[in-house]
This record gives sequence, C-alpha cells and structure tokens, in this order.
Amino acid sequence: MNNISLINYTLHLADNALIMGHRNSEWCGHGPVLEQDIALSNIALDHIGQARNFYQYAATLQNNGATEDSLAFLRDAIDFKNCLLVELPNGDWAQTVLRLFFFSTYQYYLYQQLQNSNDPQLAAIAEKSLKEVTYHLRWSSEWVIRLGDGTDESKERMMDALENTWSYTGEMFEACEYETEAAFAGFGVDLIKLRNEWDEKIASVLFEATLPIHEDVWMQSGGKNGIHTEHLGFILAEMQFLQRAYPGAEW
Amino acid sequence: MSNDNQSWPLWEVFIRSKQGLDHKHAGSLHAADAQMAIENARDVYTRRMEGVSIWVVESKHIHATNPDDAASLYDPANDKAYRHPTFYDLPDEVKHM
Repeated sequence: MNNISLINYTLHLADNALIMGHRNSEWCGHGPVLEQDIALSNIALDHIGQARNFYQYAATLQNNGATEDSLAFLRDAIDFKNCLLVELPNGDWAQTVLRLFFFSTYQYYLYQQLQNSNDPQLAAIAEKSLKEVTYHLRWSSEWVIRLGDGTDESKERMMDALENTWSYTGEMFEACEYETEAAFAGFGVDLIKLRNEWDEKIASVLFEATLPIHEDVWMQSGGKNGIHTEHLGFILAEMQFLQRAYPGAEW
Repeated sequence: MSNDNQSWPLWEVFIRSKQGLDHKHAGSLHAADAQMAIENARDVYTRRMEGVSIWVVESKHIHATNPDDAASLYDPANDKAYRHPTFYDLPDEVKHM
C-alpha cells in the first residue's frame, strides 16, 4: 500500500515538473527578447531535469521494466497526476510569468519541507532542486512586480492573467489520497503547512505589484487524480509523438 | 533588436570565473535595469559554470580609446622589451601570474 502511494506521489512530483517544463519550453525561440528567451528556456530545462530525477526514482520503485522515458512518453492523460495549473496554455508573457510565480512559490515551500522526507531519495532530489527553484521564484516575482507596477497595458495584462489563472491555484493545496498517505507515512509533505507561507508570499509580491488578491473563488481541481483539462491531451500529442510514431527511437 | 528608444539599454557583462581571479569582459546584453541585467547575465553567460561573480555596467558608461589614435598610443611600446618582467625566475608555487 505504502509503496503504491510512494510511486504515485513521486509520479505526481515528476508530472508537475515535466508539464511545467514543457509549457515553458514552448517559449524557446519565441521569447520577447533574446535574453528572456534564454532565461525561460533555462528554467524549463531545470524543470525537466527535476522531472527526470523523479521519474528515474519512480521507475526504480515500480521495478517492472518502466524507465524514465516510458513514464514520460508512453502514459496517457488519465495517468498523469500534475496539477491543472501547469498545463494551462501559455497565453501571453504576463500569464506565463504569473503561472510560473504561483508554481515556483509552491515548489519552493514544498521542496523545503520535502528535504525532511524520511525517504532519502526524495529528500535528496528536493535539496538539489531547491536551489533551482529559489532562482525561478526570484525571476518570476520580479516579472510579476515589473508588469503589475508597470504601464497601463502591462498592468491590464497582469489583471487578465490573474483572472485566468487564480482559480487553478487551490488545487495545489488540496491533498489527494496519495498525498494524505505520503504526509502520514512521513515521506511526503503536509500541504496544510505550506498554505500559509504560500499565501503570505503571494500577497506580498502582488501587493508590491499593485495587483489585487482574489479571495474566495471556486477552485478547479482533478489533475492529481488524472482528470485534466482538454489542454493536456494536446501537450502529450506533441510531446509524445516521436516515441509513439517511432517506438524506441534514439538520437 | 531595434535601435529605437523603445528598446532596452545595452549592458556590458564582466564575469569572475573563480575566486582570486579578475572579472573579465564576457559580452553584452539588453536589460531594462541593473537587476535585470545581472539576471540576464546569469542566464546568458554562466550556464556552463563560467562564473562565481558578475558585474554589469551600462555600455554608455564605458569610455574607450579612439582606434585612430592606436599608432601613437600603442606602437611606442613595441621596442621596449626591458619593460617585460621576463628576466626573473618565478618559483613554481606562484600561480596566476
């Protein structure tokens, strides 16, 4: 029982990182300026690196011939356990940096706690990834402040981004079954402990960005249990095409 | 990158590759302000562990010699070999000279 929860929990962490990384990688070659194109591509690579570490561990735990590649490229949407937030379309730059800010803040506090996991592998991956996420958080907060407290147009775009994204933030703190078991067994993180820190960080950055905080809104959820938006199917269609069309292809 | 006044200013980037060495010019980039310039420099010029410290300065603050003056400025040093400290034996222990 515990082992299944551990596998699902690890896959959830991996899927979050992979889909976030894939979304941000879609900006590669399309960034507003060369320097920011490289910055976001670096961040995307960090996420995909984190995903690889988690997938490799999940594959070891499954011990049934699965590999990091088969877990990323041969599972269908219903098997993916990422939060809906990370699969949302990129929209404009404002929406992309705001989503990354929400997600990086979450990862930052999550990995801080996960360093204390009683599973040494998860703790080690969290420790390594935390350095990367610290920078993602810094980079994305600055953009949120820059655009929120910028021109009329940039502020309007940030307001639209908030409108489009906010209702996807609640799911991160809604513990699903394997997360509850993970926290109980001590290899995972109790999400309730992150909530206040996340709220405070978000509030302080949005305040500095002169942006409003959306309180009680209906929150979307389902991703952690495989119930996704229509967007994930399109992501997988593109991401998995090569391995589906040419099984085992290498380069 | 267009040169109209809408584009971000240009910055020169200096990277120290390890403690004890000097900052060296690594290249240039565009950024809205100093903070963004440092982060852009981190993302563009230290992706392969090139650095432990970054300086940035707006390119407009760099003052340079005029290439037309090169002959009078640099050529006179050509025949002054005695200015090179090549007449000393350096102990092996001395690094970074």
